[in-house]
Amino acid sequence: MSKHIQVRVLRQDDEHAGSHWETFEVPYEDGMNVTTVLQRIAAEPTTVEHERTTPVAYDACCLEEVCGACTMVINGRVRQACSALVDNLLADSPTQIELRPMTKYPVVRDLFVDRKRMFETLKKVRAWVPVDGYHDIGTGPRIPPKAQEAAYPISRCMTCGCCTEACPQFNDHSAFIGPAAIAQAVLFNAHPTGSVEADDRLAVLSGPGGVVDCGNSQNCVKVCPKEVPLTEAIARAGRDTTLYKLRQWFGR
Amino acid sequence: MAKQQHVVVVGGGLAGLAATMKLAEAGVHVYLISMVPVKRSHSVCAQGGINSVNDLTRQQGDTEWLHLDDTVYGGDFLQHQPPVKEMCDWGPKIVNLLDRLGVPFNRTPEGLLDQRRFGGTLFKRTAFAGATTGQQLLYALDEQVRRWEAEGLVEKFEYWEFLGLILDDSGQCRGVVAQDMFSMEIRSFASDAVVLATGGCGLVYGRSTMSMICTGGAAGRAFRAGVKYANGEFIQVHPTAIPGTDKLRLMSESARGEGGRVWVSRKPQDPRDPKSIPASERYYFLEERYPKYGNLVPRDIATREIFDVCVNLGLSVEKGRLCVYLDVTELPPGTQKKLDGILEIYEKFQGVDPRGTPMKIFPAVHYSMGGLWADYEKNETTGGLVLGSPRNQQSNMPGIFVIGEADYQYHGANRLGANSLLSCIFAGLIVGPAIESWLKALPKGGASDQPVSLFDGAVKTHKQRMGDLIRNQGDENPYHLHLELGEWMTRNVTVVRNNKDLKATLDKIGEFEERYSRVALSDKGNWTNQNLSFTRALGDMILLARVITQGALMRDECRGAHFKPDFEIPGTTADDPAKLHEQAVRWCKAFKEQSDKWLKTTIATHSPDGPKFSYEEVDTSLIPPRPRTYGLKGAEIVDKVWKEMTQGAPAGRKPIGTPMGAGTA
Repeated sequence: MSKHIQVRVLRQDDEHAGSHWETFEVPYEDGMNVTTVLQRIAAEPTTVEHERTTPVAYDACCLEEVCGACTMVINGRVRQACSALVDNLLADSPTQIELRPMTKYPVVRDLFVDRKRMFETLKKVRAWVPVDGYHDIGTGPRIPPKAQEAAYPISRCMTCGCCTEACPQFNDHSAFIGPAAIAQAVLFNAHPTGSVEADDRLAVLSGPGGVVDCGNSQNCVKVCPKEVPLTEAIARAGRDTTLYKLRQWFGR
Repeated sequence: MAKQQHVVVVGGGLAGLAATMKLAEAGVHVYLISMVPVKRSHSVCAQGGINSVNDLTRQQGDTEWLHLDDTVYGGDFLQHQPPVKEMCDWGPKIVNLLDRLGVPFNRTPEGLLDQRRFGGTLFKRTAFAGATTGQQLLYALDEQVRRWEAEGLVEKFEYWEFLGLILDDSGQCRGVVAQDMFSMEIRSFASDAVVLATGGCGLVYGRSTMSMICTGGAAGRAFRAGVKYANGEFIQVHPTAIPGTDKLRLMSESARGEGGRVWVSRKPQDPRDPKSIPASERYYFLEERYPKYGNLVPRDIATREIFDVCVNLGLSVEKGRLCVYLDVTELPPGTQKKLDGILEIYEKFQGVDPRGTPMKIFPAVHYSMGGLWADYEKNETTGGLVLGSPRNQQSNMPGIFVIGEADYQYHGANRLGANSLLSCIFAGLIVGPAIESWLKALPKGGASDQPVSLFDGAVKTHKQRMGDLIRNQGDENPYHLHLELGEWMTRNVTVVRNNKDLKATLDKIGEFEERYSRVALSDKGNWTNQNLSFTRALGDMILLARVITQGALMRDECRGAHFKPDFEIPGTTADDPAKLHEQAVRWCKAFKEQSDKWLKTTIATHSPDGPKFSYEEVDTSLIPPRPRTYGLKGAEIVDKVWKEMTQGAPAGRKPIGTPMGAGTA
């Protein structure tokens, strides 16, 4: 007899609708991951009660954990569906796999959430290097390998939202910009050209929703799939904003 | 005052973002339409690096000209040379720009850009940011576009799907129709130019290394509207990928660039732990067969060799599954660290640490060299392009520009590793000035002067089509149909091709077309209907499958990624020098005949009765085509004979057309 796995999915028709559970059974395949499970459900959207339903909506793109799209809450833990291997999930919870949408963003449908807020926040912290233009005017600044080694891990942040999902301070009634955005501000402040706008970023980080809103639960760094040094970045931002405020008081 | 002009850019990968920021810098307003937040575009998957000549390689004798030579030689001379020359000339400038934009490229101890070696070249020409270079480049451009967005010059429409072009009676493009993937609202965007930067079409093959959005849907829709599709049959199969149930994950060429080695045990399906197999019992087949390039032969060759070792020699390292070892276990930890980004992927998805155990890999469909046809204007003085010419990257239809993997222009019959990031950004940067020129001299007035009925009519047509698809009654499941399509295409239209199977595949595609007309949706709703979006794209995939397969069937030769053993010119075998020379002459004559017949761009044009095919001359005015002799027995003598045969050829177009026998033959 071929092996099947049970998957329980929290479904919701749109942002304003109520949610309900549906359970599916999918034939087990060697090496399969949660995105494969969702693909199989899409092809045969029938619940265990033999009721025909619609394919489960979910966000997905690269399927190799580098784009950040397929983030959802799997067996209670926020992570990417593509790198969630069924074998590992079953080892922890043999009877069933449970899929829910992230809770900190509006649900578009089923497991699909709208993380627009994260991208808007990147605008707020001016997460870019303000170059003069795109013409050919020579090389960039010399960067010692140590500085590159500090920047690269932060630059791998894929705006997936795991950190904000795990953060107790980030929610729809707080203005907290969240760990990912703070780390990006730190990244660009450390860049020789990016630092030109350092004070603008520090002003945002010192303002409402800024770094003081961090409650230091350190959940973010535990769930980050890319091991972005979020708590280090937040600590850095804390120091830098303090100095920034002192400078403001003493009129620079 | 002149009315404000708008440009629509469809697709926010490297090419689309480069075009957007360049247009915004020039003060042009851009609507950027993308099926995903642009930061999640497929460029994010590129791993290894970006090629350019640099100060270090220059001192070893490298030049932009040699980069051009490697690119066209690796591409088997199928690309027009002027745009490739311009691209290679821009390589160092583009890497400098990216450096200025803050890309965290790896550094030398002195703080300069570090470089690694990639396939198809003997120089360390590739700048990289760990093993996630595409991600880092994409983010840098994404950040710049966000900056322009904050300034109001760019308006993003993310989670919007491109449905089709809006053409006026004369065929000039006046905008696009797109659909909000959440609310399913369909609307028009009037624009004076449209840039298609919509990527490759890997999903035609079911599973590939490409992202879920790489359906070729946008290309298929542009093709239906009249944009020509060129060299469709040239599909790159990457030698090293990790097999998976939902997709095949790339294992970058940089693993080999940093010293990784490909091997199998000489004993078929050797059950021993690979680490315990002694060197004498290992078959490092790429190194043995290609002593000069070793593990870094061009991709088409590495792929065929892995295929040959597994399929023909039966040396796959596993029973019941085809794969070979890619071994980075012997690299020093510092070098392994540079590969962390990709080694993590292997570890996460296979549950095995590749730092201690050789990886198991197999080739996978990876890149579409072919794509929508794009024009260029040659600079007769430099041999490169006339920058700012509105012809650059413009398709055969006025006002439609094509860039990135969606265009066919830069990689010929086979793309070299780390050249795609370069070609995407280059095309994006040059299309900006091209469009500025186009906007200044719009031949028939602006889009805003067009009657409202033109736009309303287009929206109505697409609404009608959507309704038809939702209401379609039938018994065909789009997901199952897609799997079948992928299986057929992967089996018959990838590494080794023969006309019998290609014909059978074409018949099968005919059947798929018929079955597609009976496809039924399981979701008939009007909110975030992914079932609808996928099924619509499936129609485009089937269309492109026909273009690819028919092009492959018609092209009776071996060139780059298109390998048809029935038309392979047999290599030299003789040991006796006189005989060997004679064989080499015969080889070169056969090669010349083949080149005369097939050194041409395949052009497919849409018609209601299926694609119509024609062929265009290739501009090889800069570097005369010569045989690709990587690993060919008697390569030296073939190269020598070829040189003799073509000696004295005037340095101009088509030097291979000089009379035979002019040399010593």
